[in-house]
Amino acid sequence: MDGITAGTLSGSQKDELMDQVKQQIAVANAQELLTKMTEKCFKKCINKPGTTLDSSEQKCVAMCMDRYMDSWNLVSRAYSSRLQKERQRL
Amino acid sequence: MNSDVSNSNIKSDPQLQQFIEIETQKQKFQFLVHGLTDICWELCIDKPSSRLDNKSEHCLKNCVERFIDCSNFVLNRFGKTQFAAATEEITFD
Repeated sequence: MDGITAGTLSGSQKDELMDQVKQQIAVANAQELLTKMTEKCFKKCINKPGTTLDSSEQKCVAMCMDRYMDSWNLVSRAYSSRLQKERQRL
Repeated sequence: MNSDVSNSNIKSDPQLQQFIEIETQKQKFQFLVHGLTDICWELCIDKPSSRLDNKSEHCLKNCVERFIDCSNFVLNRFGKTQFAAATEEITFD
């Protein structure tokens, strides 16, 4: 992309650029989610680290991941509806 | 956030400018959801079970609402105290 100015981008180049930006944002978000999930579920599920990640720990981590996703989605909805209410108040 | 879009080439293209503005807004939202989920998970989730129970759901919802209340309160009070300090300076100087 070096040396190309946005003003000279064709329509399809612009679309490509926007797709790239969107993809990078999606990757960054997935990374953030994975980091948080790992941290939270490690804390909840691995109390005494043994020589392997045993099956009960794996089960716990799997369940924890699903609940973390549920929580994320719930928080997202709650926050979004609150934002809408705040906007209407203005 | 406008400084992130300071590239004059992007600014001169309304389509790209709008795109960046919308994506920035979306990302701000996502960023806050990551943070809120972190905080509220710690407060509301004890042991992960096979599904989110009503109690946890309720707690998560309240957590989000109260966090925003708290944020608004802090902002308001900070503004008021700053305003009071500023007017005091004027009257007693």
